[in-house]
Amino acid sequence: MNAIPVAASLTPSAGRMPWRRTLGAYAAEARSECLRYLRSPGFMLPVMLFPSMFYLLFGIVMNHGSGADTARYLLASYGVFGVMSPGLFGFGVSLAAERENGLLILKRALPMPPGAYLLGKMLMAMLAAGVVIVLLLALAVGLAHVAVSAGQAGRLLLTGMLGVLPFCALGMFVGTLVKGQGAPGVLNLIYLPMSFLSGLWVPLPLLPAALQRIAPLWPSAHLQQLALGALGLGHAGVTSHLLVLAAYTVAFFLLASRRLRRMG
Amino acid sequence: MNKHATVVAGLAGAVKRYGAVTALDGLDLMLHRGELVALLGPNGAGKSTTIALLLGLVRADAGRVELFGVDPQDLAARRRIGVMLQAAFLPSTLTVAELLRLTMSYYPAPRALEETVSMAGVGDLLGRRYTKLSSGQQRRVQFAMAVCGRPELLFLDEPTVGMDVDARQKLWTSIRQLVAEGCAVVLTTHYLEEAEALAQRVVVLAKGRMLSDGSVDALRSRVSQARIRCVTDLDADAVAGWPQVAMAERDRGYLLVRTDAAEQVVRRLLDADPALAELEVLRAGLAEAFSEITRDSTTEQEAA
Repeated sequence: MNAIPVAASLTPSAGRMPWRRTLGAYAAEARSECLRYLRSPGFMLPVMLFPSMFYLLFGIVMNHGSGADTARYLLASYGVFGVMSPGLFGFGVSLAAERENGLLILKRALPMPPGAYLLGKMLMAMLAAGVVIVLLLALAVGLAHVAVSAGQAGRLLLTGMLGVLPFCALGMFVGTLVKGQGAPGVLNLIYLPMSFLSGLWVPLPLLPAALQRIAPLWPSAHLQQLALGALGLGHAGVTSHLLVLAAYTVAFFLLASRRLRRMG
Repeated sequence: MNKHATVVAGLAGAVKRYGAVTALDGLDLMLHRGELVALLGPNGAGKSTTIALLLGLVRADAGRVELFGVDPQDLAARRRIGVMLQAAFLPSTLTVAELLRLTMSYYPAPRALEETVSMAGVGDLLGRRYTKLSSGQQRRVQFAMAVCGRPELLFLDEPTVGMDVDARQKLWTSIRQLVAEGCAVVLTTHYLEEAEALAQRVVVLAKGRMLSDGSVDALRSRVSQARIRCVTDLDADAVAGWPQVAMAERDRGYLLVRTDAAEQVVRRLLDADPALAELEVLRAGLAEAFSEITRDSTTEQEAA
């Protein structure tokens, strides 16, 4: 008695979409996501300028005497610091805001292909991370005269653009926990301590032994090893760092998607 | 209602609870092709929950919900609907044209941009950023986004809030045109004159249940009283004592009478005062019918 007599068979092809159009929908979503953030200086400027300013100040001006090797080491550190923020904030703040203001509800009601919304944000974060790395590279080569080969620059760029992904996943998870205005505060509570504890501001060997021992807990510590390796300063063993970062990404992404499906 | 009309979506025995609150309490509702249904009801009646269930935003705790014969969360089914939600935030830094192109990209066979633009009257807004628009203009853009995918079922949640009279009339014209083309429309509104102007069918909800389902005329006829207004020297208190007069009072030189038997009362008024002038008889509007139906349900439930 609860059956609903629907004559859906009248138009059997209705609602089907050729794969080219579906692909176009993903592209359109990514394009919009990038455009809207590129046009909001309130988001882009802090993301781009903070790491560049810190690097300029602590990596170049303050380290004037200590030479190009320090500047090279700090290029990796501030590169990681700069890459974390588009991931954490680009994902976390916008997801928290859009869960509150109704945009996510509208997107879920519209026939947007699955994941296009998250994929768009991911591309945006990768793009912003790429810009941060290019800015830092320009400062390092132009002002601190760090000798960076084209191959090293390329590897650092790749490290930064892919290295943003675990932080996207972490930001997304926070975005599903906190709604609206609370997100930036919570994210800063993760971003700043984690940067310090992974030795991005003060090199790890100079931190207390206890902090050195727990450093492998933080994804940023692993990304820093990869960034150092890209610049020819690292030790062997890229694989283990890659695996840890991949595990972080998958774990937080799954946790976040589960919460998103449940709570919206 | 034509029983053979094609059903595009429906709920059967749908129950939805939020904690201790029962938002929908066993609702049965079928939506047909080419039919405009107005969902009316006081706040908390279950209108938004009904729409959220049909859009697949929330799951029913019991009962069935179908959109084009399948689960509302099915992407192919949602490609056949258009949506205009009540609290709709859109990316503020995108232009109107960019928002429309993005929404069009979700659909298999969207309307041409020019067609959408003329239906929603947003031609002069295309190049402007969404955040720079007035709330009425933003509503028009949201309407354009709702219709751009050539939907067979359109959800309009308070579509004309914030619009001026002119924009509202234009939107009504576009909605009527869509219905004439066979599109089914679900409209929720607080403006009863909007429901009166557009709807073939009015569904009144209260406390998660359906109180009435029928045409605007059928709903009106549930309120039998009519209002009579005229200029006369007759004493209001005397008229109030006549049979079948529910109420009579004086208001700025007019005599106002409410009655169940307008014809008899008018005849007696004309007999009693040959000089009577400016006679007006008004049937109860949707507003009176609506408040009477919802009031009945409250008193019944309080009595129970």
